[in-house]
Amino acid sequence: MSETPNETLTGAQITVRLLERQGVRLVTGYPGGAILPIYDALGQSTAIRHVLARHEQGAGFIAQGMARVSGEVAVCMASSGPGATNLLTAIADAKLDSIPLVAITGQVPKAMIGTDAFQEVDTYGLSIPITKHNFLVSSTEELLEVIPRAFAIAASGRPGPVLIDIPKDVQSRAIEVAAWPEPGHRSAPAAADGMALAEAAGLIAAAKKPLLYLGGGVIHAGAADLAVKLAEKANLPTVMTLMALGAMPVDHPLSLGMLGMHGAPYTNLALDECDLLIAVGARFDDRATGKVAAFCPQARIIHIDIDAAELDKIKTAHVGIVADVGEALTRLLPLVPENPRKSWVDRVDALKTAHPQPLPGLDDPRSHFGLIRAVAACLDDDAIVATDVGQHQMWAAQAYPLRRPRQWLTSGGLGTMGFGVPAAIGAALAAPERTVVCFTGDGSILMNIQELVTAAEQGANVKIVLMNNAVLGLVHQQQTLFYGQRLFASEFQAMPDFVTTARALGIAAVDLDQAANPCAALADAFARPGPCLIHAGIDAEQKVYPMVPPGAANRDMIGAQA
Amino acid sequence: MNASNRNENQALARAVLEIDVANHPGVMSHVVGLFSRRAYNVEGILCLPVGDGRQSRIWLLVGEDQRLPQMIRQLEKLEDVGAVRRHHAEHAVFTQLEAFFRP
Ligand SMILES: Cc1ncc(C[n+]2csc(CCOP(=O)(O)OP(=O)(O)O)c2C)c(N)n1
Ligand SMILES: [Mg+2]
Repeated sequence: MSETPNETLTGAQITVRLLERQGVRLVTGYPGGAILPIYDALGQSTAIRHVLARHEQGAGFIAQGMARVSGEVAVCMASSGPGATNLLTAIADAKLDSIPLVAITGQVPKAMIGTDAFQEVDTYGLSIPITKHNFLVSSTEELLEVIPRAFAIAASGRPGPVLIDIPKDVQSRAIEVAAWPEPGHRSAPAAADGMALAEAAGLIAAAKKPLLYLGGGVIHAGAADLAVKLAEKANLPTVMTLMALGAMPVDHPLSLGMLGMHGAPYTNLALDECDLLIAVGARFDDRATGKVAAFCPQARIIHIDIDAAELDKIKTAHVGIVADVGEALTRLLPLVPENPRKSWVDRVDALKTAHPQPLPGLDDPRSHFGLIRAVAACLDDDAIVATDVGQHQMWAAQAYPLRRPRQWLTSGGLGTMGFGVPAAIGAALAAPERTVVCFTGDGSILMNIQELVTAAEQGANVKIVLMNNAVLGLVHQQQTLFYGQRLFASEFQAMPDFVTTARALGIAAVDLDQAANPCAALADAFARPGPCLIHAGIDAEQKVYPMVPPGAANRDMIGAQA
Repeated sequence: MNASNRNENQALARAVLEIDVANHPGVMSHVVGLFSRRAYNVEGILCLPVGDGRQSRIWLLVGEDQRLPQMIRQLEKLEDVGAVRRHHAEHAVFTQLEAFFRP
């Protein structure tokens, strides 16, 4: 506690002061009756800027965009009842992707809790299973303990969302504050077990066909460089999950890109052959492993993760190490001998040549892959790439040349349509010097299209590439492949004019379908600062290939032929 | 639960978990929710404050299922949980309560 002369402050003023003391400079949210005392105090703050979203889910994803780009805890706010329930999807999404958020919700006054008061919902109860931790604050004094603790919890260990529900009377009541608590920060986790590290190094040295398997934890830990160093030193071909893309540059000779359901054929085939799998900050998600019994069937497993509950959850590890992956890799590196591993590296290269990722139309900017590459050609590695959820997301994962950690923002675990636009806005707010591109679909963009107004208002430098196939593409694909081509509820009968809509919502828009030279039109759109919607028609019959049918083994991909 | 289900369950091995937690109104929901959302039946629950009342101890009687080690790790991950200890089903804490549960 730091001593200051006593001040008499309301709970709302204390909340804002504690956020300021945390170093928070930007929050996003949406007001309502039960959180008005906090909004009133926030309005008086000169340190914190508030970005008004146009829907609480938008606020949640704007905060996620900020957190994913910066690695710092981001803050979003909503009122009680519908405000809080609207926030829930973004919180659940943050939980599954381990994104550090502090969500502050207003609640009806304590005396009215449990009376079915106006705009009362059990926000605490609703948020238990989708937060890392949550609080219902029962006194103004408690704020001094709860708020720093919420930040510490969100940032420590495996990051995640923390919700603080604050009844209105707790916000309004004034108390005397004699001393301020220290801001909450990430606490250092216990060090990795040295014996286990030595054992892991021994397994790596002895392996003939090892593979490095990187997950989102490598990004969160800021350990991508270390992972690449380990791969290079021991010549470990490296696969990445959807969440880890960018950890190793795609064009690195040891990179095998993304594994799993929509991974390249050579990637899944190499996994089938490996004799040692080194999982770092990864959790053996079903989209990555396919049928678990058939995943890396001959491999021993080293599993390094900060979350002890991930070890042995899906696959039993021969060596399990609970640690910050950065710390573990730093200490593992000197223990692992250099090894050219020529025959395995050659074998993996042969698989790459024989079973490449099909990328048809790469040179045609009017095709899906060609468009993604044409967008990439307008940008450098400083750009941030956000996506929505659907075929466009998987195509971007397969074809965009990602080369940098925190370059790639996508909803991996929850797969939430509507993530893209607000997350891109949050990214642009957190990193105003960068260009943010968002690949979205005609279904996804409608789920949070109101945030285009926020983008316009903020002048956020987001370029939204709408890949419009006039269908819910990924649903259409599954119905075509696995439901006897019975297309139902996956084709839109009516479609807004997206270019006009974007302009009406206040942002520039360009239709590549009408452009004589789509590459020139793209370059033009990227050259102008500020938000822009770039509309491009995409053939609805295109599929995301290869595809491992749900429940099948990864080796049984369909559509793997180039 | 129907009769055949109950018989099946009784044939299964059980375990007793002793969980030290922070004492506040939400802690039971956090602990029990971990089980209910995985459709993992909790057969018995006992909870009382200990010491000065800032801490409580929760005793759970649960089925001895292959998911139990994972459940213990999930419990240990909860912010409000201090420690989890696993005991055999014959632990006195529940057997001594049988008198209160005669049909
Ligand atoms: C909120 C939400 N609802 C439903 C789904 C299921 N879903 C996954 S992809 C998809 C279609 C997405 O369509 P679109 O945004 O047009 O992208 P496309 O696949 O056509 O590229 C749907 C409905 C989801 N992921 N999220
Ligand atoms: Mg679509």
